[in-house]
Amino acid sequence: MSEIIRVENLSYIYGEGMPDATKALDDVSFSIEEGDFVGVMGSTGCGKSTLITHFNGINKPTKGKIFIGGEDMWKDPKQIRRFRFMVGLVFQYPEYQLFEETVYKDIAFGPINMGLKKDEINRRVHRAAEFCGVTQKMLLASPFDLSGGQKRRVAIAGVLAMEPKILVLDEPAAGLDPEGRDMILNQIKQYHKETGSTIVFVSHSMEDIAKYADKVLVLNAGKIEMFDETEKVFARAPELLELGLSVPEVTKVFLKLKEMGLDIKTDVYTVPYAVKTLLAMREKGGKA
Amino acid sequence: MIRDITIGQYYGGNSVLHKMDPRVKMVLTIAYIVMLFVAANPAGLVISMLFLALLYMLAKIPIKLIWKSIKPILPIILFTAVLNLFFMTGQSEPIFAWWIFKIYREGIRYAVLMALRIICLIAGTSLLTYTTSPIVLTDAIEQLLYPLAKLHLPVHELAMMMTIALRFIPTLIEETDKIMNAQKARGAQLDSGTLKQRISALVPVLIPLFVSAFRRADELAMAMECRCYHGGEGRTRLKQLKMRPSDFLCAAVAILAFVAIGCTNIWFKAI
Repeated sequence: MSEIIRVENLSYIYGEGMPDATKALDDVSFSIEEGDFVGVMGSTGCGKSTLITHFNGINKPTKGKIFIGGEDMWKDPKQIRRFRFMVGLVFQYPEYQLFEETVYKDIAFGPINMGLKKDEINRRVHRAAEFCGVTQKMLLASPFDLSGGQKRRVAIAGVLAMEPKILVLDEPAAGLDPEGRDMILNQIKQYHKETGSTIVFVSHSMEDIAKYADKVLVLNAGKIEMFDETEKVFARAPELLELGLSVPEVTKVFLKLKEMGLDIKTDVYTVPYAVKTLLAMREKGGKA
Repeated sequence: MIRDITIGQYYGGNSVLHKMDPRVKMVLTIAYIVMLFVAANPAGLVISMLFLALLYMLAKIPIKLIWKSIKPILPIILFTAVLNLFFMTGQSEPIFAWWIFKIYREGIRYAVLMALRIICLIAGTSLLTYTTSPIVLTDAIEQLLYPLAKLHLPVHELAMMMTIALRFIPTLIEETDKIMNAQKARGAQLDSGTLKQRISALVPVLIPLFVSAFRRADELAMAMECRCYHGGEGRTRLKQLKMRPSDFLCAAVAILAFVAIGCTNIWFKAI
């Protein structure tokens, strides 16, 4: 696998030169491999959203460089639009960006901006709609007549229709009911599996990160605190708690068991894995 | 980018002028504008400029802020000055004449006076907005217009509308920024192309913005109704405006200055 996103010494300052300038990102460096499913977490105001809006050139680094597929993004600022199509960015509460008369037209907005041919646009809209569970009937409706969850799926389909190699989502499940959130995250996972694209998603839900992400990036006060495989990050539970973050409920149970004197592993972060670990323990007669 | 636009230019502080009753400040500002135009000679204008400089020092507002508020209307000042320069005719011989353009001594005098007047006007009204927050200002407007309520003018409602509008400007700017970024992420080109292309590129920004503004208005109306808001009648306020001795003192000093400006008109008439 090759490196698809590389961030080198990235710093970003809001309101540079003003008395109230704040450093949102401070000398951040890391790289993401092609096909990774990365979860980004960190407490509010740590720079998560600032970081991910750099990936498609909405924010320009104050210092440092970003490479997408080996290319320096800001080498020629006029070419920045090319990267917008390579990296699909779904903002927080994306349903507020819908504007067209019909859902079909709204999903087609991105592909039209790419300058694609009509039948290619048609193919992409239907494919994206299918991925996001948008029905044929909904395609002809006005986006303002849909429910909140449906609007969210239409908005995500609008980004998927550009068929980006990298999909970046800022809290895609925020404010949805449990059924809605599972549906959206499962569809993103499906897209990841079928297209082999790279996914980066921000979430405050430890359960979601544990369930979907292969790797986790932890940000704190504009710096990278951890960037590792999911189980390795959740194994550092005490540090996470210190940062004002949390660990999945099931990990908390295992930590408590260990605290109570049971010789047990603590890198357990999903329920199926927990069941497996416990069953294995029982077979061995109570020893991990 | 869009965040940099400042609406209302309140410059926080703790000076006498900041603490002054906003109603007094408003009335005095209006009186000041009237005085600027009553003052017909350089002496009067010099007094009003000195008076204003004194107030700026009292309010501890950096002088470079005056430049900031004058800069955007510099073209208007220049335009007015140039018009006055060429269109004033005097009794004496023109100082300069070329083709249809003639410049008289009176023209120069008038152009300079007019430019100074506009600069004083801007600096004076800016002082009001530098030392008074927009919310306090609308409070003062409401109270000053209160007599008109007798004529069944909905003064309280007008003031409430102004307050709400002011309150939501930053929110809507932030929202615009977000929507613009979201559409840019889908490849919208907002800052290039011909005029026609740019206007049609605004549609994807304006429609969601209007939708969200209406949604917010709806939510706010609901929240106000839930708290039994029913308009101005019998409503008490958190911050009562009260005239204090220092307010009377300030008003007295200002009136003295205005009288002095008025006197210059009489004394210097002969010159």
